[in-house]
Amino acid sequence: MAKKYEAGVKEYRETYWDPDYTPKDSDVLACFKVVPQPGVPREEAAAAVCAESSTGTWTTVWTDLLTDLDYYKGRAYAVEDVPGDDEAFYAFIAYPMGLFEEGSVVNLFTSLVGNVFGFKAVRNLRLEDVRFPLWFVTTCFGPPNGIHVERDKLDKYGRPLLGCTIKPKLGLSAKNYGRAIYEALRGGLDFTKDDENVNSQPFMRWRDRFLFAQEAINKAEAETGERKGHYLNVTAPTVEEMFKRAEFAKEIGSRIIMSDYLTLGWAAHNSLSRWCRDNGMLLHVHRAMHAVIDRHPKHGINFRVLAKLLRLLGGDHLHSGTVVGKLEGDRQATLGWIDLLRDRYVKEDRARGIFFDQDWGQMPGVFPVASGGIHVWHMPALVSIFGDDSVLQFGGGTLGHPWGNAAGAAANRVALEACVQARNEGRELEKEGKDILTKAAKHSPELKMAMETWKEIKFEFDTVDKLDVAHR
Amino acid sequence: MSEVMDYPSRLSDNKSRKFGTLSYLPPLTDEEIRKEVEYIVQKGWQPMIEHTEPENASLHYWYMWKLPMFGETDVDAILAELEECRKANPGHHIKLVGLDNIRQTQGTALVVYRGDPPEMVMCAERVKPGF
Repeated sequence: MAKKYEAGVKEYRETYWDPDYTPKDSDVLACFKVVPQPGVPREEAAAAVCAESSTGTWTTVWTDLLTDLDYYKGRAYAVEDVPGDDEAFYAFIAYPMGLFEEGSVVNLFTSLVGNVFGFKAVRNLRLEDVRFPLWFVTTCFGPPNGIHVERDKLDKYGRPLLGCTIKPKLGLSAKNYGRAIYEALRGGLDFTKDDENVNSQPFMRWRDRFLFAQEAINKAEAETGERKGHYLNVTAPTVEEMFKRAEFAKEIGSRIIMSDYLTLGWAAHNSLSRWCRDNGMLLHVHRAMHAVIDRHPKHGINFRVLAKLLRLLGGDHLHSGTVVGKLEGDRQATLGWIDLLRDRYVKEDRARGIFFDQDWGQMPGVFPVASGGIHVWHMPALVSIFGDDSVLQFGGGTLGHPWGNAAGAAANRVALEACVQARNEGRELEKEGKDILTKAAKHSPELKMAMETWKEIKFEFDTVDKLDVAHR
Repeated sequence: MSEVMDYPSRLSDNKSRKFGTLSYLPPLTDEEIRKEVEYIVQKGWQPMIEHTEPENASLHYWYMWKLPMFGETDVDAILAELEECRKANPGHHIKLVGLDNIRQTQGTALVVYRGDPPEMVMCAERVKPGF
């Protein structure tokens, strides 16, 4: 039966609120945390968010009748209380598959977090989680290598990998920078890293940095007999320049490059991750700007969504927070998104902030990277929290060793291996950490010195972005 | 500066060569090796033994000792194979691997006996200057 056109403004809930709807396996599902304007009922606010992030606009238009709006519209199908919060609520929305371009994270998020975030009917809005249906996952590119392929290429098994960001982050000459890399790698690290804002400044142009870094890697590999890498940051002002740098990294034999997926842009990053698979290159991904988007508990996008979309775009490593270091990160929430980076299937688990089951099909996993204000005393907790499939990065905790980078690196490597051995032997790392490290330090003067240096340093500030629980 | 300790690693010194997981700790004792075997069995991984001449340690493929011990959960039997491999290949590095067939990777891999190469195997000629 054909519908008649009636011009005018209808309430959103007449079209977009559908509490009887059962989501389909092919739907994209989203959970938003909504703070409506005063006086706007929950169902109307949820329907408004749904409309503005799918087919709707503020008024009825005659062209609505030229399409099957009942198919294309999103549906707000549930609202829920936010524990411990009287003004916000969760809105659950289902979007049909036909709304989105296959394999395009860019397209999907242009809908989900587009105009709706500036919409006047809601005061605050936060995208807490997205369920990507399997058809969407399989049309996305995914990690260029994945955790197990990287382990095979690097011949490193049964332990977390160890890294270090070279400091000071800006101002070193390329030759001095290469020295810092060499010292850290020969001491036992697997990786060193360019800082995110090291691109190609006058004090150190990219080409010089790449060449000195590669010599440092080659010598450290010959000296230790282990495979190593330095994340050469190819983040650049243009895509052409980015690929020029990536090609050169490959030419000189680098195993790994790095990008910043938020500042670089998702389309550029996706192209780079495809290039990495085509060229056998590992891809380390940094997340500059994430806290602008994900830190406020009531507005923006939760990091778990940014982590999931990076896995879809492609990357072999992603910074995930440390739980114990100097940077923001709730423990349970972090545990949730490191599983979302690594596992094949993740169940809904509200205690870890996960709102939907997520099936990743055969898409490979991403190494979570713990980096920022961590040192040897954190090692037992880090190994316990992150497990083997992680990269633990100690910047100041390597370079700040009183005897220099090689000693700092050796201290971290010995501490890591002592924790791995203790774990394998069935000991409880977080309880027995001090004993485990103290015993290992008997054979390692470097570790003993590191333990004395950083004994008192803790970062016990309260987390700003906490999980929503009743009693704060 | 006198209290600063030098880091003793050298291209010219074979003792500077490392072998992945647990190689920065002192050589494993018999009791420690047993515990690692127990760990592999407890994880449900397939034990495998590899060995190589020290000068070829940098290659991905070492010699595989017989076949992976599929389904073997007897710790003593696995230790006996390690010992047999060691006797048959004196001076070799010997690696204990736990194969994880579900995740299609090695759950762990440890060099449990380190061979002692007679002369330098890595040298600076292999390292090309950056410029």
